[in-house]
Amino acid sequence: MEKKLFEFKTKTIVATGLGAALFTLLFMYVKVPTGIPETELQTAYGVGAFFAALFGPITGGLVAFIGHALSDSVQYGSVWWSWVVASGVSCFICGLVYPKLRVEEGEFGAKDIVKFNVFQVVGNVISWVIVAPVLDIVVYAEPVNLVFTQGAVAAVLNSIAAGLIGSILLVLYSKTRSKKGSLTKE
Amino acid sequence: MKAKLFDYIDRDNLIFNLSGLTKLVCFICLTCSVMLSYDIRYVLFVTVLSGIFFKMSGLEFKQIKLMLIYVIIFLLMNFLLTYLFSPQYGPEIYGTCHELFRINSRYTVTLEQLLYQTTKIMKYASMVPMGMVFLLTTNPSEFAASLNRVGCSYKGAYALSLTLRYFPDMIRNYQDIALAQQSRGLDLSRKEKLGTRARNVVNICVPLIFSTLDRIELISNAMDLRGFGKHKKRTWYVARPIRYADWCAMAVCALVLAGSLGLSFFINGSRFWNPFV
Repeated sequence: MEKKLFEFKTKTIVATGLGAALFTLLFMYVKVPTGIPETELQTAYGVGAFFAALFGPITGGLVAFIGHALSDSVQYGSVWWSWVVASGVSCFICGLVYPKLRVEEGEFGAKDIVKFNVFQVVGNVISWVIVAPVLDIVVYAEPVNLVFTQGAVAAVLNSIAAGLIGSILLVLYSKTRSKKGSLTKE
Repeated sequence: MKAKLFDYIDRDNLIFNLSGLTKLVCFICLTCSVMLSYDIRYVLFVTVLSGIFFKMSGLEFKQIKLMLIYVIIFLLMNFLLTYLFSPQYGPEIYGTCHELFRINSRYTVTLEQLLYQTTKIMKYASMVPMGMVFLLTTNPSEFAASLNRVGCSYKGAYALSLTLRYFPDMIRNYQDIALAQQSRGLDLSRKEKLGTRARNVVNICVPLIFSTLDRIELISNAMDLRGFGKHKKRTWYVARPIRYADWCAMAVCALVLAGSLGLSFFINGSRFWNPFV
């Protein structure tokens, strides 16, 4: 079956809804400390990238956007919009890899891992080094060098989280699916 | 970890009886008005306003205490980082320099910097009561209905309502899995080495994520079977009619937004209020 980049089926909607709930949960509670204070690997971005690769850019973008906005508002009472938008953008770009993958048919080899990671890194760099700082400056008038430093750190950490956790999840998931044409006639 | 993050308890007072649509519109208006303005007088005005709304909603302080602590920690971090990275950003914005005292050649304390950083903190803090009122007084299922009515496609709104519906389930699931894995000897505390701990976290997440994927399949089949998404529009069971009080509330918030824009464009001439010239 041919995959369309921007289809919006019932499954896309449900995946968005539940994915965002999962993202919120992980974003709030499941962080892996790196050893450096105040910097943590957000497992949520791994899941965001995973959903983006499985269900496409719309799901990916919305999962991260809703998830981040919700966890911000639950934890802090108000939302830091520039970073929420950047989260959405990073997973949206990562989701562009969706038509190129065949994970649900059990195929996720070394080549696919590379493809996934290229998109994921590009997405993270664009959103955290460009989108987030620029919005921070425009909307909140934050100092320039601070936001770009924060953005660079976030880009590195989130790429690692998305790359590591996303790839592991995709490999594991592809193994649970039966491959196309894996049955042989005896 | 508390599962009752959105503990919506219905009450009978003015704020609770407003429709979800009104609260969403008001929230957006007030958020935008503080986001755009860098005038501390206006930000303080909105802070007072959102404090009044909080009082009117009859919510109790203990419901937001934990959140407040998080916010304060976050704001202090931001305050320190801003100062560390650009101690001269205030003078740069306001174009003048009133030095109070000097720590070394790079780090001086100026009135401009203090004003800039205080405004920034207030901008953020002012929205906390308002956000709480919005979160705790809106029925989660009504929220999707109101999003749909402000023009968001109903499929998108439905995704959000699914999120709110399944979030408590997800927390329960997570706790079950975490406890089951811990009883099998998986250590998540600080005693374990970092690498092992990371692997253990993955061991909890993987079953959670995969059970979610199964659930997605299940729910989307159920929705398809009931004909979800067949028509262009849908109605909402929980949507409330818009009444006189709703129009008034929306008008007030629109005025606040207009005031913020007017202040920036006509009176101050920029987003910043400059008392130094």
